[in-house]
Amino acid sequence: MSRWLPFEWIASVRFLMEGLLQTLVILAGIAIGVGVIVFMSAMLAGLQANFIKRVLTSQPQIQLIPPDEIARPLRHDAGTIEAAIVQRPTQRILSIDQWPKIRTEMQARPDIVAVAPTVSGSGLALRGDTNRAITLTGIEPEAYFKIVRVPDYIVAGDSAVTSEGILIGTELAKDLGASLSDKINVTTAAGGSRILTVTGIFDLGSKGANQRNTFVAQRTAQSLLGLIGGVTSIELTVNDIYAAEDIAREIQATLPVQADSWIKTNAQFFTAVRAQQTSNTLIRSFVGLSVAFGIAAVLIVSVIQRSKDIGILRAMGTKREQILRVFLIQGGILGFIGSLFGSALGAFALVVWHHYARQVDGSELFPLLLEPQLFLVSSAAATATGVIAAIAPALRAARLDPVVAIRG
Amino acid sequence: MVDVLVLEKIRKSYNVGTPVETEILHGIDLTMRTGDFLALMGPSGSGKSTLLNIIGLLDRPTDGRLLINGEDTSILGDAELTRLRGKTIGFIFQYHYLISAFTAQENVMMPMLVDRGWPDAAMAKRADELLDRVGLAPWRSNMAMNMSGGQQQRVAIARALAMDPDLVLADEPTGNLDSKSADAVFDLMRQINRERGTTFLIVTHNIELAKRCDRIVEVVDGRVPDFPHA
Repeated sequence: MSRWLPFEWIASVRFLMEGLLQTLVILAGIAIGVGVIVFMSAMLAGLQANFIKRVLTSQPQIQLIPPDEIARPLRHDAGTIEAAIVQRPTQRILSIDQWPKIRTEMQARPDIVAVAPTVSGSGLALRGDTNRAITLTGIEPEAYFKIVRVPDYIVAGDSAVTSEGILIGTELAKDLGASLSDKINVTTAAGGSRILTVTGIFDLGSKGANQRNTFVAQRTAQSLLGLIGGVTSIELTVNDIYAAEDIAREIQATLPVQADSWIKTNAQFFTAVRAQQTSNTLIRSFVGLSVAFGIAAVLIVSVIQRSKDIGILRAMGTKREQILRVFLIQGGILGFIGSLFGSALGAFALVVWHHYARQVDGSELFPLLLEPQLFLVSSAAATATGVIAAIAPALRAARLDPVVAIRG
Repeated sequence: MVDVLVLEKIRKSYNVGTPVETEILHGIDLTMRTGDFLALMGPSGSGKSTLLNIIGLLDRPTDGRLLINGEDTSILGDAELTRLRGKTIGFIFQYHYLISAFTAQENVMMPMLVDRGWPDAAMAKRADELLDRVGLAPWRSNMAMNMSGGQQQRVAIARALAMDPDLVLADEPTGNLDSKSADAVFDLMRQINRERGTTFLIVTHNIELAKRCDRIVEVVDGRVPDFPHA
């Protein structure tokens, strides 16, 4: 008998050891449950991290643009009612009013990590007999690359942006038959026309993006689009990506700009992420619940099997609280030990699945995220679940009438 | 000297307040002095088990007073009864109910362990002494279930003595044993009674054993007829 344990722990451990088969069966049940939770959580966290990384490193999390131009009906004298059809005006490419001031303000905010003003408009890329419509984005590389990691996607050349250079996507390069150092004629509707040299080719992972997106120096874009000194948008990244929408609303309320967060512009993607989180939580909750019922069922049987033992213990002066604790501790021990096996099981399944589940191009489907926090939280939750599941059986044991229990 | 046990007009009814209310014990008076060795007899259904449960503080009388060492138990709460039971009463049951998950020594230590909370060397030493007294020192590390009925009952006697109780209640302690083991177990209780002055109340059907007790009390239909107050 261990000197280092009090009565309740000694009795709990002995009772679990005596009913070893029963204990092992429920431990297996708990381990599978915890394993599923660990596996699902880690895999979904990895998948999500991957998706979010892909989405949010190729676009800003908040984009500030000039407010929509709205046509208002003319107002005449009092009493005149005008039955006018108000047509929506065409949206001209406009510069954000007083953008350097807004940029300074954005840089001062603690919840914003990076600020990059850009000039963006459409143009035509011509080479030989071919022409393709493109989106021309004029950037300040050092600021912009913090938001959209173009350098990570470069497949040829480099990401340095010079006043006579242009970065194009792989699809556009293919369509124009252009490779590094080739010249492209870029024209815009504003009348600008420049011959630019291809200095880098990128692959953003989407055919459409690789076909349309091009990056040039900010001044080059300003002169091509006829917006000298202006910018068409200010792009932002924030600390907490899920707070982007709130921050955007706050900015829009205080400044004369329209602020769009990634949550709003990628509503479908965001809904998918949320739906995944919700279903994940739901599945985990139900697995946890079934584990709890399993523990409770085994302990209820154990209380019935041990009613004579409980009666004798009560007869020899064991308090109700002591009996209560004996069974609560059993629940806790089952939960804890089950979670250790479960964590190992989940981690093993994750490593195996990570090895075999590949994307079409052979790269990993999700990054292997085995964070100690996940295992600590799982163990703590499983232990707590065990104790909670043991409450009903433990109360039943504590309330046993010793006379009835001994008579059996 | 205060009497170990005093029963005054103990009544016990079941289903109180319902149309099927039944009174099992109809006012029982009984006094036991320190060192008494008393046999409680009576046919099945006479109420002696109910009486034993009441004396053992496992059940409460519907009416009447029960004094243990002069302390009136009718005013005590559940937790206090549990404490008093642990400290002053030792139990020996017919089916030698040892706790199967523990060894002989650990079973004897159990009353001390539940009282003090943590095991210590003194408990183990006392358990060994008691096991030695009942002649089972070599079996101290045996699991309870790996012992014969007679051995288990001797362990149960050692366990009943662990807290040095004022009163040991034995419910047909030999009822489940062959006659040789029964004799040995009875003799052991008698010897302990003489050596230590421990008070024993033994429920038995065996008239031969009862005759070897100091006193015989017979319960008939919930009454103790003509009980001579010695």
